[in-house]
Amino acid sequence: MKLGLVVDLDTCVGCHGCATACKQWNTSGTIGPLSDENPYGKDPNGAWLNRIRTYEVDDTPNSKTVNMPMSCMHCDNAACVTVCPTGASYKREEDGIVLVDQDKCMGCNLCSWACPYGAREIDPSQGTMKKCTLCVDRIYDEKLPEDERKPACVMTCPTKSRVFGDFDDPNSEVSKLVRDRAGKQLMPELGYNPVNTYLPPRNKPVVEMYEPRSVAASVKDWVNKVISR
Amino acid sequence: MHPAFSVLIFTVMSGAGYGLMTLMIIGHLAGLPQLQDSTVLLSGGVLAIALITGGLLSSTLHLTNPKNAWRAFSRFKTSWLSREAVFAVLFYPFALTYLAAIFFGGSEVTALGLLAGILTAVLAMLTLFCTSMIYASLKTIRQWNSSLTPVNYIALGLMSGSLLLAALQSLIGGELSSSLYTLALALLVLGAVCKLVYLFWIGKPAGSTINTATGFTQANVRLLDQGHTSNSFLNNEFGYTVAANKLVRMRLLMLVLAFVVPFLLLLTSSSVLLIIAALLTLAGLLVERWLFFAEARHVVRLFHGDQTV
Ligand code: SF4
Ligand code: SF4
Ligand code: SF4
Repeated sequence: MKLGLVVDLDTCVGCHGCATACKQWNTSGTIGPLSDENPYGKDPNGAWLNRIRTYEVDDTPNSKTVNMPMSCMHCDNAACVTVCPTGASYKREEDGIVLVDQDKCMGCNLCSWACPYGAREIDPSQGTMKKCTLCVDRIYDEKLPEDERKPACVMTCPTKSRVFGDFDDPNSEVSKLVRDRAGKQLMPELGYNPVNTYLPPRNKPVVEMYEPRSVAASVKDWVNKVISR
Repeated sequence: MHPAFSVLIFTVMSGAGYGLMTLMIIGHLAGLPQLQDSTVLLSGGVLAIALITGGLLSSTLHLTNPKNAWRAFSRFKTSWLSREAVFAVLFYPFALTYLAAIFFGGSEVTALGLLAGILTAVLAMLTLFCTSMIYASLKTIRQWNSSLTPVNYIALGLMSGSLLLAALQSLIGGELSSSLYTLALALLVLGAVCKLVYLFWIGKPAGSTINTATGFTQANVRLLDQGHTSNSFLNNEFGYTVAANKLVRMRLLMLVLAFVVPFLLLLTSSSVLLIIAALLTLAGLLVERWLFFAEARHVVRLFHGDQTV
């Protein structure tokens, strides 16, 4: 099994719902708490496992706003694991989930340096490294109804822009989406082979630009159109 | 990258300590006349161990959960940081045996002293190499991900060690050994050349861009919003930015302090000035290490709006 997420950049509206749901679930989850420093003060800072950034792609009139949520990509070739000196960071054989054992981490930061995707953050009060767990404490929880055995961020997304599944199974929803929509990995040139995949925005017609035209020209166009039918 | 002061101190001090120990042992075992004096050898050894130990202790200061530091020996197979920790600890029994052999048996080379000495020197260089590989192995930082990084760490460690050794020998032995003096001069030139090659190399544009980072490779990409209103861990760790003109000034300061002035002071061949030269080099190398971090640009910056790294 190779579990991970597909994120649809066409439909994500950048509401930060996934990040909030993630924080809520994981602050009391297996790696919790996810603490904040100075949360109500001037300069708040805290550990989040999922962050959403917004970009403008291309120039007007072809520009498009793209919201890009990013959490751990559970990379196939996860250098964050190999650099870890304590053995706190590990990748599970059975499903490829990358986790940090909170009882072993010494807070050297090296894994966050090795991660190209900014997926690891030090918890300001515990001093240990926190990262997306792919909600390992939800997806295998047999006490939850079956359709809720999904990551908190996936459950909460109002536009269904996040899809969870097994990338090793060619018939899973994620594999099909990646095939049909030409899913992309971020920064593939570094060779981490991230599992999470991003679906590029569908091509949309370019915004029509208003061009003032004379009444006679418009009438002529209309007549031509009608006659050609 | 944010330059953590404890890491700057650690790499400069331990580099000088390992360089000093290695050069001293080589000189002693090779029969260099000025290094057959047990006072020189013992004080050199104590100074080196003090520098190394001070550095290693300082390196633990940047850990945010140091109570688990003892676990750092457990991933020798994959982690350069783990290897560094293992070699750094292995170094001590051999270095202490070597110094004990001199303390009890004088500067005459015994079989035990020879064996312990060779292993000490090898472990010193291995540790320094592992330290440099922690940085050189990170694909996320192109300014570090190069064989120039270990070359620089080892050359500069030996260089500062050679200055300390020459200063110490002239202080205790009374007169300067010409071979140690020539060695220090040669290593200063070598160190400067390595550093200049590095500075030239990082100036060349290369690597990932905001386009490969976001996957939009056929259009311009601009950051509109980072998604948070105050800085995060990522901003603090990777967003460290220094004005370009300050970087140029720091580069000049580094070249002058670490290489040019010590070289000129050395030419006077006075013992007092030699000590000053050694101290200036260490100060210059602190600036060098600061630059090593300040000029390193992690690819996470691309997601935060930098067009290139
Ligand atoms: S995204 Fe970063 S933290 Fe997650 S597996 Fe890849 S390298 Fe490791
Ligand atoms: S911060 Fe923790 S998990 Fe990361 S490399 Fe260091 S010990 Fe390992
Ligand atoms: S899978 Fe879970 S831990 Fe990962 S981003 Fe989603 S909610 Fe957060």
